[in-house]
Amino acid sequence: MNEHLENLKEIRSLMERSSKFLSLSGLSGISAGLIALVGAYFVYAKKVSITNNSDPKGIFDAALQGTDFKMFVFKVACFTIIGALISGIYFTVKKAKKSKEKIWNNLSKKLLFNLSIPLISGAFFSFALIQQNMLWMAASSTLIFYGLALIFASNYTVRDVFYLGLLEILLGLVSVIFVGYTFLFWVLGFGVLHILYGSSMYFKYDK
Amino acid sequence: MILEKFNKTFESKARLGIMSVLMVNESVNFNSLKELLNLTDGNLATHVKALEEAGYLAVHKGFIGRKPNTLYLVTTAGRKAFEDHLSALEAFVKNS
Repeated sequence: MNEHLENLKEIRSLMERSSKFLSLSGLSGISAGLIALVGAYFVYAKKVSITNNSDPKGIFDAALQGTDFKMFVFKVACFTIIGALISGIYFTVKKAKKSKEKIWNNLSKKLLFNLSIPLISGAFFSFALIQQNMLWMAASSTLIFYGLALIFASNYTVRDVFYLGLLEILLGLVSVIFVGYTFLFWVLGFGVLHILYGSSMYFKYDK
Repeated sequence: MILEKFNKTFESKARLGIMSVLMVNESVNFNSLKELLNLTDGNLATHVKALEEAGYLAVHKGFIGRKPNTLYLVTTAGRKAFEDHLSALEAFVKNS
């Protein structure tokens, strides 16, 4: 009897280990969230220094006062993405080493491939919007495309990623309606949600 | 009663393992199976052969560059047999 129960457990574990990349670390989420908050702070501080107005509403209106602000937002966005990627990879590699899962296997390849299709499409689309001076729309579209990327990728990792993706899309769509508050939705989606989900995943799977 | 429904082909940990992996993946190559199940080449080859002879898995021999790459996938019969075996296992664990 015990032997059969053991077998059933082993079957379940093998099915999961062989079809899902489980080394995705919660710390990756937390660090990405923190970096997003830092990036957002820089954008906010720049807006205040340009407009002398500390209201976080309509933050991208600062772009109307010259292209300086637009370029600044673009640079901050690039640094934020690179920082989030590096820290994300770092913590995931660390976790994979600990659990002896290979970092570059079929599953991580599928995961990355599925992430990258919506992400690259989103990057081009948002870049075009920034060029057209629609910064607020670019912020909403990064949320939506990122959410889609997470939902695509969630087939190859823990289920939590699917729900995080849904919430990102929802925030992105709502932010299109509440024009003027896009920046705050962006902070919620990339900063706060990442930290919340990262912490929850950390305590569920990394401990 | 239930014991009669246990499939003799799956009476080893290794074979249960091979089938579990194949059930949730479109196809899996020899080396991935070996790593996931912690088996030796010879051991894995023997069990795969047995499952193939039972008609539960199909073998696709191919190449990546010049390196041979053998892929295994579960057949419809294999899927059915494994699901039946799992139900029997579950029923047995529940009833005892």
